[in-house]
Amino acid sequence: MTDTAMQSASTAPVKIETPFQRFRAEYFESRIAATAFFIFVAIVLLAILAPWITPQNPYDLAQVDVLDGRLPPGSEAFAGYTMWLGSDGAGRDLYSAILYGLRISISVGLASGVIALFIGMTVGLIAAYLGGRTEAVIMRVVDLQLSFPAALVALMLVAALGKGVDKIILALVVAQWAYYARTVRATALVERGKEYVEAAQCLGLSRMRVVFRHILPNCMAPLIVVGTVQTAHAVSLEATLSFLGVGLPQTEPSLGVLIANGFEYMLSGRYWISVFPGIALLLTVASINLVGDQLRDVLNPRMKK
Amino acid sequence: MTVFVIRRLMQAFLVVFLMSVIVFFGVNIVGDPIYMLVSPDADQADIEAAIRRLGLDRPIWEQYFLFLKGAVQGNLGDSFVFGQPALKLILHHMPATLELAFSALFLAIVFGIPLGLFSGLYPDNPVSKGIMAGSILGFSLPTFWVGLMLILLFAVELGWLPSTGRGDTASVFGIQTSLATWDGIRHIFLPALNLSLLKISLAIRLTRAGVREAMGQDYVKYARAKGVSTKRIIFVHVMKNIMIPVVTVMGLEFGSLIGFSVVTETIFAWPGMGKLLIDAILQLDRPVVVAYLMIMVLFFVLINLMVDILYSILDPRVRLQDQGA
Amino acid sequence: MRKLTAAAAVTVSALALFTGAAYAEKLTIGLASEPTSMDPHFHNLGPNNAMSVHMFDRLIAQDEKQRLSPGLAVSWKPIDDLTWEFKLREGVKFHDGSDFNADDVICTMERAPDVPNSPSGYGTYLKGKTFKKIDDYTVHAITESPYPLMANDISTIPVISDSAGCGAATEDFNAGTAAIGTGPFKFSNYKPGESITFVRNDEYWGNKPAWSEVEFRPIKSGPSRVAALLAGDVDMIAGVPTTDIQTLDSKDDIQLSQGVSNRVIYLHMDQFRENSPYVKGNDGSDIKNPLMDQRVRQAISKAINRDAIVDRVMEGVAIPAGQLLPEGFFGVSDILQPVAYDPEGAKALLAEAGYGDGFQLTIHGPNDRYINDSKIAEAIGQMLTRVGIKTAVETMPRSVYFGRASRGSPDGLPEFSFILVGWGAGSGEASSPLKSLIHTYDNDKGFGSSNRGRHSNAEIDGLIEEALRTVDDEKRQDLLAKSTEMAIENVAIIPTHFQVNTWAAKKGLKYIPRTDEYTLAMGVVKE
Repeated sequence: MTDTAMQSASTAPVKIETPFQRFRAEYFESRIAATAFFIFVAIVLLAILAPWITPQNPYDLAQVDVLDGRLPPGSEAFAGYTMWLGSDGAGRDLYSAILYGLRISISVGLASGVIALFIGMTVGLIAAYLGGRTEAVIMRVVDLQLSFPAALVALMLVAALGKGVDKIILALVVAQWAYYARTVRATALVERGKEYVEAAQCLGLSRMRVVFRHILPNCMAPLIVVGTVQTAHAVSLEATLSFLGVGLPQTEPSLGVLIANGFEYMLSGRYWISVFPGIALLLTVASINLVGDQLRDVLNPRMKK
Repeated sequence: MTVFVIRRLMQAFLVVFLMSVIVFFGVNIVGDPIYMLVSPDADQADIEAAIRRLGLDRPIWEQYFLFLKGAVQGNLGDSFVFGQPALKLILHHMPATLELAFSALFLAIVFGIPLGLFSGLYPDNPVSKGIMAGSILGFSLPTFWVGLMLILLFAVELGWLPSTGRGDTASVFGIQTSLATWDGIRHIFLPALNLSLLKISLAIRLTRAGVREAMGQDYVKYARAKGVSTKRIIFVHVMKNIMIPVVTVMGLEFGSLIGFSVVTETIFAWPGMGKLLIDAILQLDRPVVVAYLMIMVLFFVLINLMVDILYSILDPRVRLQDQGA
Repeated sequence: MRKLTAAAAVTVSALALFTGAAYAEKLTIGLASEPTSMDPHFHNLGPNNAMSVHMFDRLIAQDEKQRLSPGLAVSWKPIDDLTWEFKLREGVKFHDGSDFNADDVICTMERAPDVPNSPSGYGTYLKGKTFKKIDDYTVHAITESPYPLMANDISTIPVISDSAGCGAATEDFNAGTAAIGTGPFKFSNYKPGESITFVRNDEYWGNKPAWSEVEFRPIKSGPSRVAALLAGDVDMIAGVPTTDIQTLDSKDDIQLSQGVSNRVIYLHMDQFRENSPYVKGNDGSDIKNPLMDQRVRQAISKAINRDAIVDRVMEGVAIPAGQLLPEGFFGVSDILQPVAYDPEGAKALLAEAGYGDGFQLTIHGPNDRYINDSKIAEAIGQMLTRVGIKTAVETMPRSVYFGRASRGSPDGLPEFSFILVGWGAGSGEASSPLKSLIHTYDNDKGFGSSNRGRHSNAEIDGLIEEALRTVDDEKRQDLLAKSTEMAIENVAIIPTHFQVNTWAAKKGLKYIPRTDEYTLAMGVVKE
């Protein structure tokens, strides 16, 4: 670590450098990563500001008129505004619906990703470190979970609790935590056998400290890869659940619901109903991933030049 | 080693048992299968009769007990919808799904690892950047969407490949597989590609991350200093180290390939067990759902077991440990 | 590239010259839903019945408009109040060469209601009837009370062979060994989830089909089915999604066939609970159930823009409904018209009933059962919200929906307050929806089994029951029409539209659309 600090201090002309400044400078070294970061920020801002910059509240049924349905981009709605991206089958202005949908999709993706990551990481580390009976029990539960299709989990939740954002997050967490657990355990198993862990144990450090301060940082690389992929995947998994009819409510569409609805229009020549939400999803997922990639490179001590 | 394997298998049976409890009661929460089954013309007496015929009038714990009794004798119950043994139905649909999942895994490895290796070794090469950008496409678009796009492009527009369905099969070692006929391979290509896209992306990224990390490590520097050829460094030393996470995740993904085949099989009308499962879920055909999941758990336990054994071969630092030691 | 294609085209057309005739006779059809068995008595379900028509004749056939015509019986008539006489067709042979006679009918009627493991059998149509062989070609059906719908019921029962089928199990039918009928096609191959193949029965007693071989392929996903047709992998598809009709219509090499079905899409309203769980005041508090008030129900009916649903949601492929069956069916009223869209009138009625400020309501519906079901529910939600009834829309898979809609509340009663459902009249006449949807829910008599709003009107009940006892066709027609009119006047249910089904075939083929939504190879004709 000191080695790296010295290096960057000598190359950068800056006088004093806080860790954050150093981190920032390293992150923005890559033009692609920088662009991705700004796109992601822009998307998040658009999502947050949605109610103030859209002509229609797509969740208010009084503002949505089926007579406006399936209009091509640039058409004028009954209420007088222009639908720049056209409208979907129910008469929702796609521009408004996409911005509102982004809010749901991003929060669902991030919330489920972070919760699943946290649970999976903790469980995986504990399994790898403690070993023995605890590990056996945990890993069999992981097996159990991995063989459970997300659609079935979602269907049970929908049946038992009804539809809603919180239920979808729950379903996605249930469907995903095991991936993290499995990945962390695999990496941690390798780390556990390494000398530095033995050294730490010899120093008499507590188990918790060894696990979370020494082993965990070394598991971060694969974890962040799986994490960014899985978070992005959560967003499209949500779309798949909607496709199977167990996703979010029809009248409060996320990007996934918009795409699932647009699916049936794909052969009909009304490309805008599925293509525009698809582009929005693509941009979101791609920017999350590029940011994640760069974060991994910057945060990983072994990757420093 | 043997003790290790036996212990794992015993644990597997415990998991299967747990699973059957969860699913049996879980599906019961979802809804009443009887309304999925009876004809709308049926009156109240007919509905009652059908409920009795399927044993749904008994309390759920009694149904479960009867199920367990049958399961011990290898009978997992009859499908409500098809009236046939659930196990038989699943085994009948299994080869189609397995060949699809294997083909997808094959594509993922064949495309994913070399591309990942390349982009990890030459991260600044424009081709690498293209590979990484392409890999993002792989998992950001929902499978069902990409699947239909593939059909539109290759079957409808270009007319190169058939749109849906499974092709002719031939018998190889007693198993009917469509991988043994040209017609079968033409039919399987699009669904396998659709199913593997996510996995290709994942393989690219895992390999790339591993390679980049490994290349900066001391043992590589040392090997270089010692004058070991670059080829040997990459293919012997680096590959061996990065294979651990790649094997783990790919092994895991094989299970998820089977699970995710639900969507691909629906889009491509592929007669596999994923489609059987989703139909069973949507029709609340409990015996089929339970039997499917029990088989899948066994499957997963076996895959994970194999992955763990592979670890110990790939990385001698990992020791197979008997629990409770 | 272009040259290559041209060369390929020449080769293909040359091939077609030599083999054209033989290939043209095989027909491949993409189906939206798959039958669950080849056993014709296993599951009383649309796709199963459609499939069994190919192999197994009925005593009485239903034509494409569900009108009855002679099948294996050449004539049928009541000979007294309790007995119907069927004269059987002579000289008919089963696929295995054996002769058809009264023994086959008797054993069919015994097996049909009682197949092991059957999720839903044919007992519904056979209970209360005893069959007696008089001679080889005469059968009597005896009932306990006068029963006018005998012919309709009998037309649903596929006749199997005494020697090959009656003692067989469902697996034997699936394997083909027992699938021996008298129908226009013979069993050839059944691969569950993949394909069902039939070959022509050249000994068929009726019109022989044009196709020497037919293959059915289940392709559940709508867009994939359309793509399979466009790619030329199948010759015809059933269940064309409404979204694709316009595109297909504009293609020169595709031919569409459309026909109204016997299925009405309608709304049921909770009319039996003082406090309905999904009706709330504007502030979210419990209120007295406004759906009990006929004026509120009328207001809802007027608030629904049926033309907009048909035009915008169904893309023009549906017919606005004013009663339970479309015109042309037995027992429909000729005076009922769809309720006109009148939002002002709706608001006035709501105000008159004391709900001038509206109330909150949730509409529940399935999202995988009827054509565009969740979109219709959403459109209705919009329309009601606009007249002041703030409506939330909740759609769910039918596996969850129907159980809850039928008896999801803790006391075993229907759970929802306001639901979207559909009803297909399998018998092809009006008594079917009347006795199941309109008649008071009555466990003992078996009436109102799908009356999920529990509307109850003794006068209408009386008329329906009388119709079901009246053997005289003209009198029964009047009684059925009258009860329909009363039910609509009382707004027992709100019909929105009749489904129209669409089939698409490649150029040169045409499908004769059927009201029962069946897809039959016999109905595919060359032009």
